[in-house]
Amino acid sequence: MTDSIILQLQNVSKIYDDTPALVDLSLNIRKNEFVTLLGPSGCGKTTTLRIIGGFEEADEGNLLFEGRNINDLPAHKRKVNTVFQKYALFPHMNVFDNIAFGLKIKKMERKAITEKVEYMLKLVNLNGFEKRSVNSLSGGQQQRVAIARALVNEPEVLLLDEPLGALDLKLRKGMQVELKNMQQSLGITFIYVTHDQEEALSMSDTIVVMNYGVIQQIGTPEDIYNEPKNAFVADFIGESNILDGVMEEDYLVTFMGKTFQCVDKGFEPKERIDVVIRPEDIKLVPWEEGLLGGVVQSATFKGVHYEMIIDGENFSWMVHSTKMATDGSKIGLKILPDDIHIMKKKVTQ
Amino acid sequence: MKKKWLASPYIVWMIIFIVVPVFLVLFYSVAEQTEDGWRLTADHFRRFVDPIYINVLIRSVVLALVSTVICLLLGYPMAAILASKEYSRKKIMYLLIVMPMWMNFLLRTYAWMTLLERNGVINSILSLLNLPAIDILYTNKAVVLGMVYNFLPFMILPIYSVLSKIDDSVIEAAQDLGGNNVTVFRRVVLPLSLPGVISGITMVFMPAVTTFVISRLLGGGQFMLIGNLIEQQFLSSGDWGFGSALSVIMMLLILASMGAMSRYEQENGGGALW
Repeated sequence: MTDSIILQLQNVSKIYDDTPALVDLSLNIRKNEFVTLLGPSGCGKTTTLRIIGGFEEADEGNLLFEGRNINDLPAHKRKVNTVFQKYALFPHMNVFDNIAFGLKIKKMERKAITEKVEYMLKLVNLNGFEKRSVNSLSGGQQQRVAIARALVNEPEVLLLDEPLGALDLKLRKGMQVELKNMQQSLGITFIYVTHDQEEALSMSDTIVVMNYGVIQQIGTPEDIYNEPKNAFVADFIGESNILDGVMEEDYLVTFMGKTFQCVDKGFEPKERIDVVIRPEDIKLVPWEEGLLGGVVQSATFKGVHYEMIIDGENFSWMVHSTKMATDGSKIGLKILPDDIHIMKKKVTQ
Repeated sequence: MKKKWLASPYIVWMIIFIVVPVFLVLFYSVAEQTEDGWRLTADHFRRFVDPIYINVLIRSVVLALVSTVICLLLGYPMAAILASKEYSRKKIMYLLIVMPMWMNFLLRTYAWMTLLERNGVINSILSLLNLPAIDILYTNKAVVLGMVYNFLPFMILPIYSVLSKIDDSVIEAAQDLGGNNVTVFRRVVLPLSLPGVISGITMVFMPAVTTFVISRLLGGGQFMLIGNLIEQQFLSSGDWGFGSALSVIMMLLILASMGAMSRYEQENGGGALW
């Protein structure tokens, strides 16, 4: 597999005014992979992208492109193109000139430039917009121009910095599908930065969850969602109920004063752990049948399901269910062993 | 829109001190007093078509152009330095640029006379260092120096204001697409800063071409500029008709150059200052 690795970050660190932005970050990115850097704002995902793009220098560590060190290669010499957060289109040029910018710098023939730009415009569904001023375009259209402007240079790696952040929900969903299709049909490596976990889950081959400049977990969307490595990941990806618990022995865990069967093993006896339970994994049962229970605090209709807050002893459960329980009623909760996720207590920083 | 009446004091001011004087100048430029009263005439304008006066106009325009070009060459890099994120002494530098504008224009120009005199400050220092003296007072060089000194801030500030508004990510995008520093400047920064450059040129050229104080003090009155000529007509010759005609010609020249500038501006889609 090593020969298909296109980009490597080795022990990269970056400090801004005494605040560490990246701490000893190592990451391998394979050819044609759709990698998403996911995390809350300030987690270092954009810094990572800017280091790859050449706009920021790492204080320590190496950046390898196809095995060669490119630490000192300036941005304009890297075979990497970027789609910026606010698009960063050239306001004094029309759509055609924006897209042709990179090709003109390469001194490509005028006819070849026209052909390539036309092809890109077709790809992003903007044919006929050549002469339009970029200032007259809607956010979605500007976004497409920004993508076309980067892709027309046929980069080996495309960096995208929260490119859909400024678009409304419906447009964003549409663009997610389009971007994914483009990535697959063109066979380009995408490195995508977002704080939107849903976006990350639906588009990526690999998700890199970051917090405080440290990688928390690398894995496929399924891995990250189903087997979060720690409480931060569990909480950040989707919604979770996180409780303190004690591992009694293999396959047996105690939380909320009750002991449950589970599917995890390999912990110290009596080790203190985090228990993570997804809201949709909690079944509502009559009060008498539940091992756990509580009083329904609120029930909010969310479209497909109801989101309910259920007050138990010292803990408020979040439950997603298609059945609604009325406010103030007492209700039992049932959790299957498969749905109890045990995580080591770990300080993320 | 409801508070329109708040503008009325200014409108009255404008009528008294701008509109009425402009019409008076226009009137005097085409009127001639005879025994029967006022008569329409083109004589004042005809008098201007004389090599002496044409040369005065040409000299004024050339000196103003030279000053404007020097201001641009000095001002653009300064504005770029001020606008750059890494530059830390921004506030001090900004203050140093603006501070001379708080002092009287006449005073500053007089100061240059003392500095440039044959036995003035600059030559005293040069002779101490055994360097040859410079003798430029009462020459065109001194006039250009005075214009550049006085009008340089008007070039720096508009360019600085435009440059500092250029989004960093636009410059990064140009680098990302393969532009080296020269290309990024030529194809992105310079075109985006053109509105500031045009404002700067206008704000330097206009006062430079009409000045009469700088040319009188630093030029020693040896070289007459159009401003001096107009001043002379009103204050010493008492020929208000010819003075007004010269003023009208000056105004037309300014309007024409402003028109040319603003057309260029629109083609580039930049924001205008006027």
